[in-house]
Amino acid sequence: MIDLLIDILSWILLILGGVCVLIGGIGGLRLPNFYTRIHAASLTDTMGTILIFTGMMLQAGLTLATLKLFAIMLFLLLTGPTATYALANAALLSGLIPEARKASDEVEQEKSK
Amino acid sequence: MKLLRNTPLSQQGKANISSILLLLFILAGSWLLWSGLYKPLLMGLGAFSCFLSTYLAYRMGFFRHHKALLRMLPRLPGYWLWLLKEIVISTIDVAKIILSPSLPITPTVVILDAKTKTDVGHVILGNSITLSPGTVTLDVHEEQLLIHCLTSEGAKELQKGEVNKRTASLERK
Repeated sequence: MIDLLIDILSWILLILGGVCVLIGGIGGLRLPNFYTRIHAASLTDTMGTILIFTGMMLQAGLTLATLKLFAIMLFLLLTGPTATYALANAALLSGLIPEARKASDEVEQEKSK
Repeated sequence: MKLLRNTPLSQQGKANISSILLLLFILAGSWLLWSGLYKPLLMGLGAFSCFLSTYLAYRMGFFRHHKALLRMLPRLPGYWLWLLKEIVISTIDVAKIILSPSLPITPTVVILDAKTKTDVGHVILGNSITLSPGTVTLDVHEEQLLIHCLTSEGAKELQKGEVNKRTASLERK
């Protein structure tokens, strides 16, 4: 009974993880420019990783494999944002200016209202 | 754009030999435990990667920062739980935005003054911001972070400074 429940839970997590990766992919196609597309990639990067690895850990049960999966998840979550930062910073340094409002502009707009 | 100025960190600094040996020992131990295969080839590869990792860590200046990192280690799991909650919330927000037909994005760039004091603190702050969907750290310069947000709501949320406070409290003594 417990086995069945764990199995169901792990499949729910795996499916949700798959959905997150899919949404990240759709976002990568739909969003208009480089900097906004990075946000879609981070959806895949973060939530996809967490959900899929948790699902796999539940499948593996209390074994050494679970510990290894947890370590892999941890390292992915530590290195993923570093890679994203390297990408975004490289784009910024090579002169791609983000098409965005400065937050201070908005404050001024609100003041002038 | 003074945030664009690139200042490489200085690589020198004293690293005491005992902490280098400790890292080497931990790496070797975890290789032996997790590989579980004791063939000469695998042991050789293990030794090679342990030495390479230690050398790279030394070159990156890890041994000048590891004390700050070790001090905040006990508080990290609690912080991760809070971060997980934030990630789930912002994932749902971003997924809604991506899937809604009108694509309601308002990209905003924010400069955030970091409350963290150490380099490790800055890294944790920047990476936490990048990790939660909807916000990406573009640049870190001294005490300031340049952040790109998908929506202006996200930018406002960020400027309330919850992440900033949490990471700063990680490094208090």
